[in-house]
Amino acid sequence: MSELIDFLIVALALVAIGIYGLVVKRNAIRMLFSIEIIANAANLVLVAFARGLPNAQGQTFALFSIAIAAAEVAVGLGLIIVAYRLYKEIDVAEFRSMRG
Amino acid sequence: MADPVFIAVAVLTVGTAIIALEARELIYGAVALAISMLGIAGFFLLLDAPFVAMFQIAVYVGAVAVLIIFTVMLVRTQALFTTKEDKKRKGAGIALMLIIMASLGALLLISGLNGQFGNFGGPQNVDFTQIGELMLTYYAPALIILGLTLAGSVIAALALARREDVEQQHERAD
Repeated sequence: MSELIDFLIVALALVAIGIYGLVVKRNAIRMLFSIEIIANAANLVLVAFARGLPNAQGQTFALFSIAIAAAEVAVGLGLIIVAYRLYKEIDVAEFRSMRG
Repeated sequence: MADPVFIAVAVLTVGTAIIALEARELIYGAVALAISMLGIAGFFLLLDAPFVAMFQIAVYVGAVAVLIIFTVMLVRTQALFTTKEDKKRKGAGIALMLIIMASLGALLLISGLNGQFGNFGGPQNVDFTQIGELMLTYYAPALIILGLTLAGSVIAALALARREDVEQQHERAD
């Protein structure tokens, strides 16, 4: 039987991969992938701790989190489509008008 | 020690997460991301949370993956291939990733967190009726706000995707 620490290490690996993607990638859709990976690692930690307590509230929180992430993806993809329409490009370094 | 099913799901999830970011074509990356989300659902099943696992499959593999694939199709394919990454940036990213993994992993291992959850493999008495009861009693305000947030985000996405220039042309034609 696997233990709590195993799940936490997998979640940590996913967070690290997501941060790597956010730092290195310049493609807006890939940055959205990274955010999704990090959000899923957070859900995994929530459910893992809920299993350890054991407690139903952690699972409830994970359900709320999944629903919020779905809303976030819808808005994020809408923003990417608008940016693509304006710049004909999804490279975040090319989005000039918001550059400081 | 971890069982073989856990190791298989872990390798699948982490491996496809890496492929999602590193695949040359974005559409393969989107498919790999969907498989990674499926792996997370497998973890939820291993954690005796089948309801959350089904929700994960319905929302992520069902809705989000399809949405991402449609967006990838809408965006001009030529724009997807221009990955101008310099090697220095990539090296720095990998170094940052390893530093995060090593430092937080060491913190986790020395924290003694495992000992505090000695009954981790013990009997699980949480089922979905309890989750439903919590959602409709204690977390009912949060559920309502969540519904409003989802409706708001759908309206926002529609407003973002609206093309004003095309609409003005239609008005002139009328």
